[in-house]
This record gives sequence, C-alpha cells and structure tokens, in this order.
Amino acid sequence: MSDFKPTIGIETHVQLKTKSKLFSGASNDARQAEPNTLINHIDFGLPGALPVLNEEAIKLACRAAIALKTKPRLFSTFDRKHYFYPDLPMGYQITQYDQPIIVGGKVEFELDGKLKKVGITRAHLEADAGKSMHPDGKDYSLVDLNRAGTPLIEIVSEPDMHSSAEAKAYAHELYLLMRYADVTDGDLYHGNMRFDVNVSVSKNDALGVRSETKNINSFKAVEKAVDYEIKRQIELIERGQPIIQETRGWNEAKQKTTSLRSKENADDYRYMPDPDLPPIVIDESYVKTAVKDMPKLPDVWRSDLSQLGLSKMQLTVLIDANIDYVECSYLELITEFAQRNLDVKSLANWLINVDIPLRRESKTTLNQYRFKLYEGVLKLVELGKLNSTSAKELVERLLSLDKLPSNIENFAKNSGLLQTSDTKEVEIIVERVIKANPKAVHDVQGGEDKAIGFLIGQVMASSRGQANPEVARELIMRKLKV
Amino acid sequence: MIKHSWLALDKIADSVRQGSVSAVDLTKKALTLIDDNNDYNTVILKLEDRALELAKEVDRKVKRGQDPGPLAGVPYIAKDNFLVYGGEARAGSKILNGFVPPYQASAVNRLEAAGAICVAKANMDAFAHGGSTENSDFGVVKNPYDKTRVPGGSSGGSAAAVALGLVPFALGTDTGGSIRQPSSYCGVFGLKPTYGLISRSGVIAMGSSLDCIGPITNSAADAALVVDVMAGRDPLDATTIERVKEGYVAKPLNLRGLKIGVVKEYVGDGVADDVKQAFAQTVAKLKKAGADVHEVSLPSTKLALACYYIICPAEVSSNLSRYDGIRYGYHDESSKSLEESYVKTRGQGFGKEAKRRIMIGTFVLSSGYYDAYYKKAMTVRTMLIQEFESAFKTLDFLVGPVAPTVAFKIGEKTKNPLDMYMTDVLTVPANLAGIPAASIPVGYNKQGLPIGFQLMSAMHNDRDLLGLAMSIEGLRS
Repeated sequence: MSDFKPTIGIETHVQLKTKSKLFSGASNDARQAEPNTLINHIDFGLPGALPVLNEEAIKLACRAAIALKTKPRLFSTFDRKHYFYPDLPMGYQITQYDQPIIVGGKVEFELDGKLKKVGITRAHLEADAGKSMHPDGKDYSLVDLNRAGTPLIEIVSEPDMHSSAEAKAYAHELYLLMRYADVTDGDLYHGNMRFDVNVSVSKNDALGVRSETKNINSFKAVEKAVDYEIKRQIELIERGQPIIQETRGWNEAKQKTTSLRSKENADDYRYMPDPDLPPIVIDESYVKTAVKDMPKLPDVWRSDLSQLGLSKMQLTVLIDANIDYVECSYLELITEFAQRNLDVKSLANWLINVDIPLRRESKTTLNQYRFKLYEGVLKLVELGKLNSTSAKELVERLLSLDKLPSNIENFAKNSGLLQTSDTKEVEIIVERVIKANPKAVHDVQGGEDKAIGFLIGQVMASSRGQANPEVARELIMRKLKV
Repeated sequence: MIKHSWLALDKIADSVRQGSVSAVDLTKKALTLIDDNNDYNTVILKLEDRALELAKEVDRKVKRGQDPGPLAGVPYIAKDNFLVYGGEARAGSKILNGFVPPYQASAVNRLEAAGAICVAKANMDAFAHGGSTENSDFGVVKNPYDKTRVPGGSSGGSAAAVALGLVPFALGTDTGGSIRQPSSYCGVFGLKPTYGLISRSGVIAMGSSLDCIGPITNSAADAALVVDVMAGRDPLDATTIERVKEGYVAKPLNLRGLKIGVVKEYVGDGVADDVKQAFAQTVAKLKKAGADVHEVSLPSTKLALACYYIICPAEVSSNLSRYDGIRYGYHDESSKSLEESYVKTRGQGFGKEAKRRIMIGTFVLSSGYYDAYYKKAMTVRTMLIQEFESAFKTLDFLVGPVAPTVAFKIGEKTKNPLDMYMTDVLTVPANLAGIPAASIPVGYNKQGLPIGFQLMSAMHNDRDLLGLAMSIEGLRS
C-alpha cells in the first residue's frame, strides 16, 4: 500500500461577508431567514432582470489575493456557465471562467515541524446557486433561493498535497487566512466554506484518475474523506478494477464517500462572456485602499508572537481562538501587554487555560475589560499577593462577572484568594502542620530539603492557598531550626 | 389607411400642462383608437385601468399647479417585451402567459415620471425574433399601408401603431434592426440609440450585447424628446452610459459642409431598385443642401449578418434558459419528472423561431465549436467596430438604406428563415458596433409603400444624429 503516492488538490468555496448578494441588493445573511425571503427580481431570475456587481465583493477579492500572497488582477471578466436546475433561476451561473480576478498565489503552513507550501492555481468570483431539498417519501422537491446569488470566491489549489494530514492542514490554514483577511464570516456549520477534494493515487509520476468529493464543510471531514478515497482507490487498483472519474459526496454519518455522478461525459457548460456585466477594471490605488484596513494575517501574528517567547502550541491555540471569539481579540491583548512590558507568558497561560475554555462553554461575556482585568491580576501576582493557583481562580471568577469590579484587589480579598503574609496566621498553620507530620519534620532535620517543600505544600493546602509560601518556608525553617 | 394625426409631443404636453386638454381625455382617445383599429392587430393588451389612473394623477397635478413633466399626459404604447405595471408582459410569446411583472422597466419608470402614460402593449415577434411579426404567438400585425403586407419587425406592432396614429409615439427594441426596419416599412421615424444610452432593466432580453431601447415617432424632434427623458445611467443596468450634458433635444444641423459617407456595401446587388432610387434621391438632396458626400467602403459589413446570426443566437440561447415554467409563465402540468417538465414546458411554450435560435446558439457555444463560431464572430465584430471607428475619424455620418426592400407580403418569407434573416442585412452592423442609427421616412415607391433612409453616427453622437434627421425632414417637402 505504501508504494502508492496520493495526490490531492482542493477547490474551496468561500462565502464573502458582503451585506448584500453579488449581483442584487438582497441580504446576504440567510442563516436566520425563512426560505425564499431574501430574494429580489434578479435572484428570482425574472424576465428583464439584470445583474449589477456589488463592489464590496471586489474589495474582498483584493484582500483574498493579498492573503494568498499574490495580487488581484487589474482586469477580470464574468462569464455565464449554463446548466438547467430548479435552484439555478437564470439557467446559468455567473462566474469568472476566462479572466479570473486572482491567478497564482500560495498557502504556507507548518506540519510536523516542516514548512509546507501549496500553490494556488486561481481564484474567481462567482454567484452561488439556491438550495434544493428533496423531502423523503414525497413526490416533490423544494427550492430555497435565499442562497442564490450569494457571493463566493472559489480558490483552486495546485495538486500539491500528498497526505490527508496535508489536506487538512491546508484547509485549516486557508480558513485562518480568509478569516483573518476578513473576507468571510467562515461559519463552517452554515457552509460559509466548502471544500471539494480531488484525490488520485499513482505508483509513478503520472497522475492517476481522480475523484472529486464535493461540499465538505469541516477540516476533519476533509482528512477523513481523503483517507477514505486513498484507501478506496488503492483497493480498486489492487483488485484490478478501474477508477472512474466521478463526483462523490461525503457521508458524515457513514464516514464514507459515495458516488454522485460520473464525469466520464464531461458536462458542457457552454461558457460565454456575460454581456450584462462590464469587465472589472481596477488600479493599484484601488487595491491599496481595499486592503488598507485589513487585519494582520495569521503568519504575521505567528512570527510577531513567537518573538515574545510564546511556544508554537500556544500560538496555535491563540490564533484559532482569536477568530472564533473575535470580540475578545486575544492577540491584540497580548500585543498590548508586550508593548507595556507586562508579563506576556502569564497572560498567555491564563488565556489558554482559563479564558478560552470558559469562552468555549459560553460562560463569559465580559469582553470589554480584559486588559484591565489581566493587568490587575498580574499586578497582584507580582506584588506577591497572589499565587499561581489563586491567580487562575481569580481570573475565572472575574471573567464570570457581568462587569469588572472597580478594585480587583478588594474583590480578590473578599473572595478569599489573596495570599496571607500575616506571619501570625501562617504561624498557627505551620505549627499545626509540624505537629501532624512528624516524619517529614524528621527528614527536614535530617537535611532532606525536599521534605521542606512537602511541608510548605501542606501549609498551602490547609490555608487554601492563601498563605504566602515564602513566609511559610521561613517560618518552618525557623521553627525546626534548620 | 385611416390615420389619426397627433400634434408634436411637446405641443400635446403643453396643452395638458396648460389645462386645455386633459390627460384622461387623451388616454381615452388613444384607447378608443386602438379599439377602432383592432383589425391591424397592433396591440395585444390594453392597460386601461392603470393608464386612466396615471392620467388622473397627471390632471390632478395640473390642477394643483404642479408640473407633470415634459411628456405630460402623452399616451404611448410599449412593445410587449417591456415590463409595465397593470398587465401581463409576454414578449409576444405564450411561454410567458400569466406573467404579470412585479417590477417595471426603468425606461417606463422614467417616462411615467415625465408624465407619459403607457396605454397598451404592442404585438411583436415572440422574444423579438423576427422581422415581420409573423413569429408572434398573437398573430401577425398588418401593415397600415397595405393589409396584405407585414409591418416589419420585431417592433412591428409599435411601428404600425404610430403609423396608424393610435398613439403619438411607441417604444420598441432594436437588436438587429427591430426598430429601424419596421419604421421603414411603416413610414415612421425610428431611433436605435447608442448601446447603453437607455436602460435595459425590465426589458425582456434578446441579445444582451446588442439590445437597444428606442422610440418610434412621427418626427425626429418627438424622438429627441422621448430619448431625453429616458437616457442616462441607471443603477439597475451596469451597461448604461452617462447622458451628454446638452441633453438630446437637438436642433436641426446645418447641412453645409457636413461630411457624410455613403456605405458602398449598403447599395449593392441585393437592394431593390425602388429602395435604391429613394435613397439616391435623398443623397442628391443632401448634396444640393451643401453636404460633403463621399462613398466609403466598410468591407466587414458583408460579414456582419453571418456574425450577427452567431452572436445573437448564442445570447438568445442563454437568455431564454430562465423560461422553465418553474417560477412563472407557462408550465406543462402533466410532467412526471424534472427532465420531462423542462422538455414539455419549453417544447410547447417556445415557438419555432425561438427554438431555432436556441439550437443555433447552443451549437455555437458548445465545447469544440466555440472557437470556430462564437470566438471568430467576436473577432469579426471587433474588426467591424474598428472599421466604423476609422470611418468616423473623417466622416460625421454614414448613410444607407434601412432594408433591402419595402414591406413584403405576409407569408412571403416564412418558408425560408434565411430569406427572413436577409431583411436585417443593413441594420445589424450598427448593433454589432453599438453605434446610434435611425430610420427616417423619405418617400414611397410606386405602390405607395414607404421607404426609410438610414443614418448612422459614432458612439455617443445621438444628439447630432437627431439633429441631422431633423434637417433631412426639412428636405422632404
């Protein structure tokens, strides 16, 4: 099996986050809408209706180009792709066939410590079709045109990937790029990004016959579909059966791909230039303006943050979380800490271990006060008023509030989280601990330093973390006269 | 021919604005004239209720002292491929039976805002495919000068209605001559403006890169007024262009010293003697009036018709894809599957000519044939555009006949589609080049059938073209 080399190319449909559709003024956010409520005469394909390009889509395509490490082309055109289906109201899809807005580019990511580069063949603007539904056991189908005319950018990769892990990592990195470039809402559940995975296997340099598994909407499913296809194709070859060039679908429930239609007789889409749409003509200054307010891309964040001493693991978690919970802006927070010479590593730990998990469980809504919160907690730690356990606990409690308390120290105190350096209080505990642990006492007196740690631990435990460990150590050593 | 005679549009509007005539009376008059001339079959639907409502509003404005606009109370007829409130829009095809438009053509909106009132929908070749109205699903229109002859097409209903005097103007569309050729056959003025000057939004598409909206009128001055109201950028049509600053209400041009080119290829063998003669007479008058007339050759015009009958059907096959009966219009209810529904609905809904053009268009766009047909035709189109451009570097206008013959007999060309297509030979070049062109009536043959004279000018030169037409009208008497 191992002497077969898989080759994978991925076409990705990215839904652009424009307010209205690509060629009509109808709303582009169909997530909450009743079927067929977000349509106008253009989306419905009424006679005499003409598409008019939404300029916002050009702007987002420019950003996508920069994210793909290339430049948008200054001249591009629209074509009509013809086929008959009830969810395609005009009988053609408007797409860029001949002169796409993006040609070339690349996506780079690290996998198992190695840098992987996947080339981009092209990316083009196109309008989505509507949605067809075929209710089980009914003799009719239903069509919802809310999605008809939704702007997409279809990004076609080179067949540069050779494992399911690479395919998954590519899909994930592309997702990050498009999210950070603010091109898409990237809501995978609602199909904002859909992956069509082309897989073939071969024992030599010539490419094998490929299958295309369409409309996958998670990274994990990309990985599984590729694995499944590699296995299926190798088994076919080994059994001496031919591989058919075909379109397949991913069945999430059965965890397998299934044949949708054969591509042996390639569909003839009768492409022609769309006479209703003048070419898109832009210039360098247009592109400059379009990408002016574009947020920092993930690779830039990675290099910036790694200079602050954060580990790759930490970066991965933070970069993923930052776009899932945009309103928190974790990365900006870290930058702000760094700029003020505050301890970035502690912050990263709190974010990763407390903030992000809480956010995932929707247990925090406190979005505006994070800088003050973490700055306040850090100050208490640095003053020796909080140990690391209590600091975590304090962060958790603060994040669960609706509003940040005006005085964090008072809040910590009232919550019983502050370390006590009050010698008398600690002394009582120390005496109790010494009495209760004769063996450890004996060991300490016998010169075993480790046993001091144990006793400090006991003091910390019985003080529920409030004792200052330094104070406890001093007291223990004094009492035991070592 | 019983011809009612209307005043010039500005005169009609003035009398309405002054309150000496009511818009309601004018609307009723037009509707009565339509009824009285039913036998010509120019109109397939009256928009009586909506028209009277609009007319009342115009009259109310006059009473309140508001200005209803430069076309106050002027009734008109729109070709059936315009989406107009108040009734079905079928483009002369039964596949659109029952389709009542929920939005209105931009051109109609602008006319309405200027006080004009659409009273009816004109008969036409289905989907504007044809040059005789014989392809209409609502029967052929009869030529006002000879009921045994066609009025031309596809805007035959519009041209015949104006010739009969049912209304003072009508709207048509011109994809390959569909305004100019019927105007020539019916002895009225017809203008195909520069491509994009008037919005196509809400007009049922034929060949989108060729379709132009224009007026059919009794005079160039009337046409200028109507164009002035409709022209200019429309946010609903990305191919529209800015209007010129001076507007389109032109004055007659001084003919002295005007450089006019007679296109050699337009007066060749295929053109009938009576047409040639009328053309030559007008050219002579132009010379006499001081115009500097030259013969000029545009060799690619010979290829224009072939090129047109590739590009246009390609766009037709695409534009007609949406008529599947699923969302509106005719639908075959007996179908048991999606495929059967497509086949039956489209098979029964479309007429012969639409099917012919869908077949041609589908063929020339098919993979393997695209380069040989469509792409080559687009190359020829570019050459043609360049020839026109270079001609207009030295010449102000080009002239030629509008059609090779006068109006032909009903049924004369229905057997042979190529014969029918030949009637477009002198009009399609202007559509392929996107330039403005007009048909101006200049005389009659011995049988009393009208003959038009075609003017062409450079892109965006509509205003001067109308000015020249006014001057030529002055030479008639």
